[in-house]
Amino acid sequence: MRESTIMKIHYGTALAAVALVAVHILMRMTMGFADSLEYETVLANYKFIPYAIMLELILILLSVHGFNGLRVILLELKQGPAYEKAVSYGCLAAMFALIAYGSRTIIMTNMGMV
Amino acid sequence: MAQVSSIADEQSSKSITLRIARFNPEKDTKKQFMEFTVPYEKWTTVLEAILDVKKHFDHSVAVRYSCRQATCGSCGMIINGKPRLACFTKISELDSNVITVEPMNNFPIIRDLAVKFERLFDTHHKIKPYLDRDDTELESDAKEFMQSPEELEQYIQFANCIKCGLCNSACPTMATDSSFVGPQALAQAYRYVADSRDKGKDSRLKIIDDSHGIWRCHFAGSCSQVCPKGVDPAMGIQLLRGYMLGFRS
Repeated sequence: MRESTIMKIHYGTALAAVALVAVHILMRMTMGFADSLEYETVLANYKFIPYAIMLELILILLSVHGFNGLRVILLELKQGPAYEKAVSYGCLAAMFALIAYGSRTIIMTNMGMV
Repeated sequence: MAQVSSIADEQSSKSITLRIARFNPEKDTKKQFMEFTVPYEKWTTVLEAILDVKKHFDHSVAVRYSCRQATCGSCGMIINGKPRLACFTKISELDSNVITVEPMNNFPIIRDLAVKFERLFDTHHKIKPYLDRDDTELESDAKEFMQSPEELEQYIQFANCIKCGLCNSACPTMATDSSFVGPQALAQAYRYVADSRDKGKDSRLKIIDDSHGIWRCHFAGSCSQVCPKGVDPAMGIQLLRGYMLGFRS
């Protein structure tokens, strides 16, 4: 993938994440902070499908943005073809792993498996 | 005659301490400074002071210079912590009794104040620093490439680059990323991309659209701050990003 395409995704995910996290914070402000962190409240959030979809989107956007940012930092830290390949594929794998783990939690809770 | 010499004595009574970095990569492990007391006038430049040292104290000081009028870009060095042209920097404007001169950062040192320019020339060459088009004025019936003053305005500032390397020396990304194209080459890429006579925009954008290309610029802006010719590479880089992101065509 061309670097300009990656950076367009990077900027796009940042903007979208800011918008969705703002919605997420506004939703949390409807109740007290301590109540918001109650186990039952968290489960209820995951079971409410539109909200669960939004949390899943935030997870994807932040993972894509964050791991690309990490890739860029690591590429500037040291250079070399083998190192750069390892960094790129490593970050991609870590990104998919985090998304898979987070999605699993959301899906399992949403389906009543927790 | 006696009066003239007394004025000369009075003028040359001012002096500064010139600290020159000495380093020979074949022998030395670290940079050392040698101090010289050099007389100066209101108009004396740092380069003249260094040449004074070479003439009267130590001829072995290695320094690169040529035109002495801020045109060739040979005498770039760090003067009192900032990348500057030695021939363009007057001692009187530095407002200090001690002047420290060191080789430019982000360049391998040949000896003392002289640095290798291979990386700068390689990256400059990489971005195709020439008008790229199929037809040329050598073809029959072809005339010169016409350009309006407005079209010239688009890039003329960037055409003033003298390849002195001060921008690359000030760039923080150049310090950490050994593969980064650098502000000098990126500003030159913009210079040709913005030229209405040039047809090589796509190929040039492809060259700098690399994992160590234009996107690695952190927009510190130090490149523009040190440019002695007002080229403003940071602005060129941002304008190039506009092409990359589709805001400009």
